[in-house]
Amino acid sequence: MPVRLHELAHCRAGDKGNVATLSVIPYSDADYPLLVRELTAERVRAQLARHVGGEVVRYELPLLPALQFVCTGIRDGGVTTSLALDTHGKSLSSRLLALELELP
Amino acid sequence: MSRTVRIGAGAGFAGDRLEPAVELAERGGLADIVLECLAERTIALGQQRRLADPTAGHDPRLTARFERLLPAALAHDVRVITNMGAANPLRAGELTRDLLARLGSTARVGVVTGDDVLDRIDLDAPALEDGLPLRAHGEVVAANAYLGADALLPALESGARVVVTGRVADPSLFLAPLAHRLGRDLADPGFAAAGTLVGHLLECAGQLTGGYFADPGVKDVPGLAELGFPFADVAADGSAEYGKLPGTGGRLDRATVREQLLYEVTDPTGYRTPDVVLDLRGVTVTQVGPDRVRVAGARGRPRPDALKVSVGYRAGHKVEAEISYSGPRADRRARLAADVLAARLAGLPVRPRIDVLGVAPPGADEDAECRVRVAARSADAAVLDAVGHEVEALYTNGPAGGGGVRVLTGEVIGVVSTFLPRSAVTPSVTILGVGDARPAA
Repeated sequence: MPVRLHELAHCRAGDKGNVATLSVIPYSDADYPLLVRELTAERVRAQLARHVGGEVVRYELPLLPALQFVCTGIRDGGVTTSLALDTHGKSLSSRLLALELELP
Repeated sequence: MSRTVRIGAGAGFAGDRLEPAVELAERGGLADIVLECLAERTIALGQQRRLADPTAGHDPRLTARFERLLPAALAHDVRVITNMGAANPLRAGELTRDLLARLGSTARVGVVTGDDVLDRIDLDAPALEDGLPLRAHGEVVAANAYLGADALLPALESGARVVVTGRVADPSLFLAPLAHRLGRDLADPGFAAAGTLVGHLLECAGQLTGGYFADPGVKDVPGLAELGFPFADVAADGSAEYGKLPGTGGRLDRATVREQLLYEVTDPTGYRTPDVVLDLRGVTVTQVGPDRVRVAGARGRPRPDALKVSVGYRAGHKVEAEISYSGPRADRRARLAADVLAARLAGLPVRPRIDVLGVAPPGADEDAECRVRVAARSADAAVLDAVGHEVEALYTNGPAGGGGVRVLTGEVIGVVSTFLPRSAVTPSVTILGVGDARPAA
């Protein structure tokens, strides 16, 4: 059964130079194990491939619960020199939430 | 109930709203209010202004903010801490002192300097971002070290009612007054971690209370137009509960707090500030009442030996130029315009980025609105003028119905980072008063 990530979780993007951070927070704590299983760093990197040139590192924070993705090598550089319309990359959160998960 | 200190957020960035800060100062029962107005990008802009005018470079909204905020802060005995000094803290301090005098107050202003380290960075040192020497990025025009909470303490201990700084790590602006009020030692990593977590959660102001959060139908935020800013009630052990004023808009719950907790954190196992290395893995977020959340479990390791330095360099100029197409086949005409521009700009020594924004909705193409956007960066402003000119020329030399050309140009200051040993940075405090040369109380 295909489910879009935005049906299960919300997300906030942050930026530090050419690094983007993306938190993924389940609406229901009960969905956290599912996110840990399905939402790998590789899935996130593939979803954002047009924007992320470097690696994606995932941190698990089960007490919150939440996942944190740290994306390096944002293709258009940092906020001060970027030519993108969204120079910060703040809209990456919405692009990530469009990701489709295949649930059993 | 054990003694707690209430500290509020008065601004989360240079462009933040003013009314929520005034409201907090007037009826928040605050001890301190902190206005964080200096993003990585913002100090670069301040550096640009200071280069053009030596009396500028502080936050341009400083006087407008303080004319509204300081009367309330003085009336309710709220101490004010801000990094609106930006690239010129002493000038910002003088303006603040003069404003206090006009308000009939003899309150002293503490100015923190020493973050400007342009004269002592090694231009051959590698930038953290790309490993290239700093000087390879362009002419370096400014370098500011992220000072820690220890840099603010002498100003607070002197009895200053307003503290103005330049570059200070955002959470340190909160940790310093907390340590001062609660009589805690900054060298204790446990307290430094707890106070840094308070600062991290409050530093973006409305982003904790429902700003940057609303997604209608999914994540609704009541009263977003009247969004209130948050405060924290912090106990001597550093544990804290967060709230917002009754009657203000927004929401404060596990969802908003968790989004802000991880915001811009590039390593949740070791978030480095000048004061501590903060570990978020043990943090818990608990709703304890309506718009009332308890956050606990911060752990800390001793502060790093090196301070991060933000380095501004001349990155040339930038142009952004746009033109719109509407109605049936707007998308196809916009794409044709983009192709024509690509051909006409191909001979210029510049690599423009060309986007078509917007789509023509199937079955409702009378509503279509597409905008062609060209952006380019170059050391040569004349080349960028030519780029903007070609977009303007689409009026009579492009597809049908093009309108609304806008061309924006400006100089770009880029920012990269490096480290300096702590011993190379010497923070200093200057106390400014109205005809008042008394020593610190």
